[in-house]
Amino acid sequence: MDYLLSTLGPLLQGTAVTLQVFLVTIVLSVPLGLCLALLRISRYRIVGRLVNAYIWLMRGTPLMLQMLFIYFALPFVPVIGVRLPDFPAAIVAFALNYAAYFAEIFRAGIQSIDRGQYEGAKVLGFTYGQTMRRIVLPQVIKRILPPVSNETITLVKDTSLIYVLAMNDLLRAARGMVQRDFTTTPFIVAAAFYLLMTLVLTWGFQRLEKRYAVYDE
Amino acid sequence: MIHADNLHKRFGSVEVLKGVSLSMQKGEVIAMIGPSGSGKSTFLRCLNHLELINRGQIAIEGEVMARTDEQGHCHYMPDADVRRICRKMGMVFQQFNLFPHLTVLQNIIEAPMTVKGIKRDEIIPKAEELLHKVGLAAKRDSYPARLSGGQKQRVAIARALAMEPDIMLFDEPTSALDPELTGEVLRTMRQLAEEHMTMLVVTHEMAFAREVASRVIFMDHGLILEERPAEELFADPQHPRTREFLRNML
Ligand SMILES: Nc1ncnc2c1ncn2[C@@H]1O[C@H](COP(=O)(O)OP(=O)(O)OP(=O)(O)O)[C@@H](O)[C@H]1O
Ligand SMILES: [Mg+2]
Repeated sequence: MDYLLSTLGPLLQGTAVTLQVFLVTIVLSVPLGLCLALLRISRYRIVGRLVNAYIWLMRGTPLMLQMLFIYFALPFVPVIGVRLPDFPAAIVAFALNYAAYFAEIFRAGIQSIDRGQYEGAKVLGFTYGQTMRRIVLPQVIKRILPPVSNETITLVKDTSLIYVLAMNDLLRAARGMVQRDFTTTPFIVAAAFYLLMTLVLTWGFQRLEKRYAVYDE
Repeated sequence: MIHADNLHKRFGSVEVLKGVSLSMQKGEVIAMIGPSGSGKSTFLRCLNHLELINRGQIAIEGEVMARTDEQGHCHYMPDADVRRICRKMGMVFQQFNLFPHLTVLQNIIEAPMTVKGIKRDEIIPKAEELLHKVGLAAKRDSYPARLSGGQKQRVAIARALAMEPDIMLFDEPTSALDPELTGEVLRTMRQLAEEHMTMLVVTHEMAFAREVASRVIFMDHGLILEERPAEELFADPQHPRTREFLRNML
């Protein structure tokens, strides 16, 4: 019991790191993903293709590889080469990667909205921007809540990848103790922490879904 | 009110409008009839910029929205002008196109607030009045999914009227409805006509066309074949195609 309590301190510190990566990634990747989705369906074909290529690249290579690239290789790339400390490097990789996934979810959601909604708005005098803001996106949110919920929960677990940059997230903190103390207890506590985080998310998304359930389509 | 001159519209290589002209005066109610695929919807959609014409001229209340130069190139006014001109027309669709995430009242006030910048408190009494007029005051806070087809269409009419258009375009407003629900929608439209709203109605309801329209237009294969006062056209159709069409309808 005492041992269990003694693991809590380091594990909570690890959780703080995990949560930071998680929150900052969400805050950055959701708006970025929305922008990418809007560019992807824009009438400028070239822009759409570029975004498409970007999404293909980000979804087609491992997130860990992207993170290692940004941390170790980016400094040597001419012109855009910068050397980022570990936390910013991790965040940039996560945000760029998750933006690609969110972009695909948003795009599919936007394209699932019936053309009649655009026409209904247009004959009332809405501009494209007003149509998107007031009519299309509010309906998209309801439709994409389940996949966004999935993606968000995956992100909680994906944060553990930052161990490759030697950052002390929840999983790495647990592993350190397991190796030092020859017991698997820290792993079990860490699992409980992950479960707790995903539980809160699941619960939050369920509430959102309920809120959007007031109307049917 | 509406001056459409020699409208041509192609979808790919298929010419759907082959030179359609229409002049409409204030307060007129025109019914447009014709077989499926003859281009009636396309014509309406060209009038309010849901489709772009390839040739011809469109002017609404004296303002040119699209015109064609000597070389045969069609030009539209800048977007903002087109939007302003099109706002003089309201449109009601066969499929209603209500906004499912908004209540009946919100459906009606959304455009006046967002497009015209009218304050919520100012527009709500007006919206309630419109709802009363179409007989749906009790449905104020319902979502569209809870309404019958006839009720949806009446909300759609109220929504269009809330923007205070000078002209109303109807594209088969009762075709998606069960027969027993068409009456309530036609009654609402009849009432609008009695208030001297300028209306262009594409319809398969011959009784409505005959009784409410001042003029009836028969369209076939992208051309207007006959255009006459309602009682004349129904009593004595001139064109063989009109005769055939009416025989099949009645
Ligand atoms: N977006 C489009 N792309 C290609 N062809 C189209 C398009 N819209 C309409 N058409 C074609 O144009 C022709 C005229 O269609 P339109 O909808 O105007 O006919 P309509 O007279 O309204 O018929 P209905 O009574 O069935 O509504 C049809 O052959 C239709 O297939
Ligand atoms: Mg049609």
